[in-house]
Amino acid sequence: MNAYDIVIIGGGPAGLAAAVSAKKNGIESILILERDKELGGILNQCIHNGFGLHTFKEELTGPEYAGRFIEQVKELDIEYKLNTMVMDISHDKVVTAMNRTDGMFEIQAKAIILAMGCRERSRGALNIPGYRPAGIFSAGTAQRLVNMEGYMPGRKVVILGSGDIGLIMARRMTFEGAKVQVVAELMPYSGGLKRNIVQCLDDYGIPLKLSHTVVDIRGKERLEGITIAQVDGKGKPIPGTEEDYECDTLLLSVGLIPENELSNGMGVDLSPVTSGPIVNESLETNIEGVFACGNVLHVHDLVDFVSEEATTAGKNAAKYVKDGVGAAEGHIVELKAVDGVRYTVPSTINVDRMEDILTVRFRVGGVYKNCFVSVYLDDERIIHKKRPVVAPGEMEDVKLKKEKLKEYPNLKTITVKLEEA
Amino acid sequence: MYDVIIIGAGVSGCASAREISRYKVNACVLEKAEDVCCGTSKANSAIVHAGYDAASGSLMAKLNVQGNEMMEQLSKDLDFEFKRNGSLVVCRSEEDMPNLQALYERGVTNGVKELRILNKEELKELEPNIADDAVAALYAPTGGIVCPFGMNIALAENAYTNGVEFKFNTEVTGIHKIDGGWAIETNQGKYETKCVVNAAGVHADLIHNMVSDKKITITPRRGDYCLLDKTAGNHVSRTIFALPGKYGKGILVSPTIHGNLILGPTAIDIENKEGTNTTREGLDEVLQKAGENVKNLPMRSVITSFAGLRAHETNHEFIIEEVEGAEGFVDCAGIESPGLSSCPAIGVMVADIVKGILNPEENPEFVGTRKGILDPDTLTKEERDQLIRENPAYGTIICRCEMITEGEIIDAIRRPLGAKSLDGVKRRTRAGMGRCQSGFCSPRVMEILARECKMDMKEVTKSGGKSAIAVGTNKDSI
Repeated sequence: MNAYDIVIIGGGPAGLAAAVSAKKNGIESILILERDKELGGILNQCIHNGFGLHTFKEELTGPEYAGRFIEQVKELDIEYKLNTMVMDISHDKVVTAMNRTDGMFEIQAKAIILAMGCRERSRGALNIPGYRPAGIFSAGTAQRLVNMEGYMPGRKVVILGSGDIGLIMARRMTFEGAKVQVVAELMPYSGGLKRNIVQCLDDYGIPLKLSHTVVDIRGKERLEGITIAQVDGKGKPIPGTEEDYECDTLLLSVGLIPENELSNGMGVDLSPVTSGPIVNESLETNIEGVFACGNVLHVHDLVDFVSEEATTAGKNAAKYVKDGVGAAEGHIVELKAVDGVRYTVPSTINVDRMEDILTVRFRVGGVYKNCFVSVYLDDERIIHKKRPVVAPGEMEDVKLKKEKLKEYPNLKTITVKLEEA
Repeated sequence: MYDVIIIGAGVSGCASAREISRYKVNACVLEKAEDVCCGTSKANSAIVHAGYDAASGSLMAKLNVQGNEMMEQLSKDLDFEFKRNGSLVVCRSEEDMPNLQALYERGVTNGVKELRILNKEELKELEPNIADDAVAALYAPTGGIVCPFGMNIALAENAYTNGVEFKFNTEVTGIHKIDGGWAIETNQGKYETKCVVNAAGVHADLIHNMVSDKKITITPRRGDYCLLDKTAGNHVSRTIFALPGKYGKGILVSPTIHGNLILGPTAIDIENKEGTNTTREGLDEVLQKAGENVKNLPMRSVITSFAGLRAHETNHEFIIEEVEGAEGFVDCAGIESPGLSSCPAIGVMVADIVKGILNPEENPEFVGTRKGILDPDTLTKEERDQLIRENPAYGTIICRCEMITEGEIIDAIRRPLGAKSLDGVKRRTRAGMGRCQSGFCSPRVMEILARECKMDMKEVTKSGGKSAIAVGTNKDSI
């Protein structure tokens, strides 16, 4: 059996940044396993710009952003295998994978970094009634068809869900000559970035109907039309508000789900809120030496933050391989997300192992204006940050200083919450 | 002139065709869809019923019990998935106990083996997730689950291999008597045959009524279903039914042969014979009623919903006979539940009727077995490794959710009566049937179909006809 110090599952933005970071932190023996035919992951189909403002201080397209990391992986001589599917990972870190040239093979890893990304929620998960014709696509599938294959999924489009991919595809389909009639969003707020609503919908006169959903799908062979209706506070359609749209295409941008089937199979504990692994300050899961980063951990909206998180995971995996530090040793503090904060990553902090400054990322459960993001060390408030607006579509963070936490040797819980002005 | 034309390539038509291919006859199946298994056969509970439901003495009861007994050997001969997981009819009030007892007795009369009534404790022991108010259940260990696509496709392939022709996209528009047989008008021209088998599912009344003054009525009885992710597949191990009511067997909860959990069906009589759309009310009813017999159902795990149409004949009985006054015209109509379970026996019965009409010789070259698409999951790591070395296409995963390889998809396309569309590939391999519902794999399966079938990407359809996936290329309309 081949052996590597670190095996990285997935060669998208998270896997690439983790690999580069692990290498720069002194690990020679690294292998990236990627199921697609090239490195870069979903960035390869994101041909719009707006990537890299934080990381590179310039605006890149998705493939360009990925390219920056792929170059580094090549310069650093990091090994990778393409077209390779990981079938299984055992609890003791034996990775079983498969590809056309190597057949079925096993690799023993000292540390594993999970970087498998996420998938799109499908129509089925929403239980939308109606027929099941051709012409219903998740936004990402349509994006792949248009941007990588050069085929048009349709001409008259309705989009359900205002996730970022849906918003980007509204503009993209318009560029390619399609008529995007409306974007319907079940929630009273958008799930996407504000800048995408402005640049992809407003600039092209595409209406966004909040608190609306699709209640019927027509067409036996190809989609012929849909009906949308307004929903009440509980998400139930309100009778009498139905509007029919003639269309040949329905794009769905209704949420992303971290792909954790492999994690689950090896015994990694998952959070019911994020659907991603529960991790500590080192982004290490409940299995020692197994780390997670990027969209497999929790869904991000900016790739820059994925790279940043993955860099941390790579560094910690390197540290684990070199020092073999046990996670259980030290002063461990639990993080609690309450009052509008849905979750935090990480969910525990080992004060003795943490970096000098630790970024805690989280999402909020609704749109809040003029609120404060507060952090309590047990009962004492140490951060009270004013925010003009926070929304579920935009990831938030707070930074915790090791120096500060060290002042509280009896600290049990760190609470992150929203407070009114 | 053909000896036999079978109208409909659903499971009853294909079971009939396969049994008829035991004889030296010139047979052909006409199907209006682009593939086999496109109507009722593709959208049902996929249950092999034990046989206690149908009225004692009915043809339904007889063929259900026979079909159930034949299923195991047939599944081995034709290499489709079938498992006797057992079924439970749950009784939730003491008042209903006489009804449960009556069901038990009917089952015994119908010839169902191993039936017994379980008390609450025995039931809880078998199925910990059964509703807390369940008081007893009828347990039928012979009940089973089957791959409805696999079974239909296996029967069709075996019939084809034994010489039966199949003509797809061929819709029957008229039938009239000619000298020595029947002339069948279709959208693809006229066919002549000595004998006709009407296995047209929900349309069987239209076909029957073309040749007989004794009209029959087949009402499409729609059933909505929800399918849950494989993570929910172990929620129950057996098929859980409610006590039957007026509209049939009620909403069941069952593992599927592939390890998902299925909930449904509703029962709504409709007029539109193509009305396979789910409705809000229907799906809500499924989710609500499924939860009555089984607790803690993980409703968040729904991955898709669909509706199927039962071919409900007014008298709720199979009509399998030569039509009076229409010599050589054989009905195989009203095949609603337990139709799938009965199909092995239905095929034999239809073939016997046809044999009585044509007096054919036996086909000495008949081969009763067929090999399905190789599922690499059934191999050891070493065998799988060897397979990839022999054929690298088995080393590329196309459908990530169901872990389906390019090798399987190519096999599905190239084999006899192979797949021509995304749905055709899906029903044969499960590519696209998993939790992402073809989000990742559909562009790749499209590429493989285009390459293998030598067509343009724009010609690749979801399910034939006007169901093309891509409508053009970028900027072609600007």
